[in-house]
Amino acid sequence: METKLKVKDFSVYYGGFEAMHEIDIEIPAHQITAIIGPSGCGKSTFLRAFNRMNDLIPTSHVDGEIYMDDEDLYDIDVVELRKRVGMVFQRPNPFPKSIFDNVAYGPRAHGLRARAQLEEIVERSLRRAVLWDEVNDDLEKSGLALSGGQQQRLCIARALAIEPDVILMDEPASALDPIATLRIEELIQSLKESYTIVIVTHNMQQAARASDYTAFFNMMESRAGYLVEYGPTKQLFTNPQQKATEDYVTGRFG
Amino acid sequence: MERAKSRISSSNLLRRKVGQGIAFGLFWLAAAVAVAALLFIIGYVVVQGSQVINLAFLTTRPAGGVSGEGGMSTTIVTTIYLVVLVIAIATPLGVLAAVYMVEYASEAERESALARWLIRIARSGVEILAGVPSIIFGLFGFALFVSFMKLKFSLLSAGLSGACLVLPVIIRTSEEALKAVPRSYREGSLALGATKWQTVVQVVLPTAAPGIVTGIVLSVGRVIAETAIFWVTLGGSYRLPTGLLSSGRTMALHVYMLASETRAFDKAMGTAAILIVTIIVINLLINITSRQLAQRVMGKQ
Repeated sequence: METKLKVKDFSVYYGGFEAMHEIDIEIPAHQITAIIGPSGCGKSTFLRAFNRMNDLIPTSHVDGEIYMDDEDLYDIDVVELRKRVGMVFQRPNPFPKSIFDNVAYGPRAHGLRARAQLEEIVERSLRRAVLWDEVNDDLEKSGLALSGGQQQRLCIARALAIEPDVILMDEPASALDPIATLRIEELIQSLKESYTIVIVTHNMQQAARASDYTAFFNMMESRAGYLVEYGPTKQLFTNPQQKATEDYVTGRFG
Repeated sequence: MERAKSRISSSNLLRRKVGQGIAFGLFWLAAAVAVAALLFIIGYVVVQGSQVINLAFLTTRPAGGVSGEGGMSTTIVTTIYLVVLVIAIATPLGVLAAVYMVEYASEAERESALARWLIRIARSGVEILAGVPSIIFGLFGFALFVSFMKLKFSLLSAGLSGACLVLPVIIRTSEEALKAVPRSYREGSLALGATKWQTVVQVVLPTAAPGIVTGIVLSVGRVIAETAIFWVTLGGSYRLPTGLLSSGRTMALHVYMLASETRAFDKAMGTAAILIVTIIVINLLINITSRQLAQRVMGKQ
């Protein structure tokens, strides 16, 4: 299977604190890879390494190798990288702008001005995020006026509008009710044909239901996160190789 | 068991309700006194002032001299000129300074110790300047603009001094407004591949705009209300200013001069009434525009 993202001996530090310890992982293209693990084990830090959002934290630095399509992430301009690697955050964070302007934001930032093209992109993105039918009668409405689940789908549409290769999702459904969560999961399934998806989740059922591969992270004594086990989701949940994984997926700790 | 339960649910109900009633009564009284005092002042000035206000009062210029004869037309025009000038100078400077302090300063601070010092000085400078009496700005403006730069008593001298006066207000309110923009907006924008500058211009500033406008409104009010600073920078000519370098007299200055140097106390009241009405109207206008602006940026709620 084609590898999309590859990480070798990868560590992340915040000042003197090691947040991630020597991670080795290969994430396949056009699959959904779930990252699970207890709170504070660095799942989000790991996810944010792929679009270099950790760079925003001034004291952070990384060690080791990280590639997308065999290209070193630190050789790619960070703006270009974030165009290729989209992100959906834990809490829906639509801009205080209209629905249209939210979705058109990325393409506009990258220099697209033509109204007709923008309209086409907005419609396509909203359709793919399964939001179009609910909002197409009034795209001038504020993104903030939507419900939580709709806002999160708007954020997904916003990420799709820049045509990324990879979509990172940081617990995208944790702030939503069960029905909205289910809709987001269905949506994620429908996206995997066109995108490589990495999703951090707190919810083990969600990982089991919605992902193809699962990586289980845990914390060392020093509180540094490390990769315990990684494999096809089915195998990880039914036949874990490590004791810690088994304890975690069966709910004995975490 | 049964008895204990009923005792808990009702024993102090009456006392709590009475306590609540007294508290609400006090709050209501405090609000009523504050509003009444305000209305009384405005009402008194407007009623007293309206006795001399008519079309002629508004459209003729002051005659000058100790009699205080004439109207107030030129002072209205001068006030408008000065407000526009001060805001035009202070807003871009203040907003850009605030953007630097909130969005960029931390990067510079990390990179060099010198920048760290300069930024610290700038921060405390803004804090201190916000509390300096306006006459100090006036003396500074007189020394620098009027005398040293030879701009004379003029709109330009007064505009520059007034800009110094309101700059801390604009910087501080803009800083607060920018800081209040959630980090998730910035992250959302950066994660889409927008540059930092695009993020600031297209997400952060529009979101902070209502707060920034508040600072501008405060500044407009300040310029309209100040007297001392303009007494020593604008001069006090009752003629219509013909250019940036001509002297003039704002409405507030006119009120002060009528009340202190002439016998025309009634005309001072008339001018004061117009001054108050102007401030109210300006506040309303800016509130409406900023709300419409916010709506256009944010989309319909």
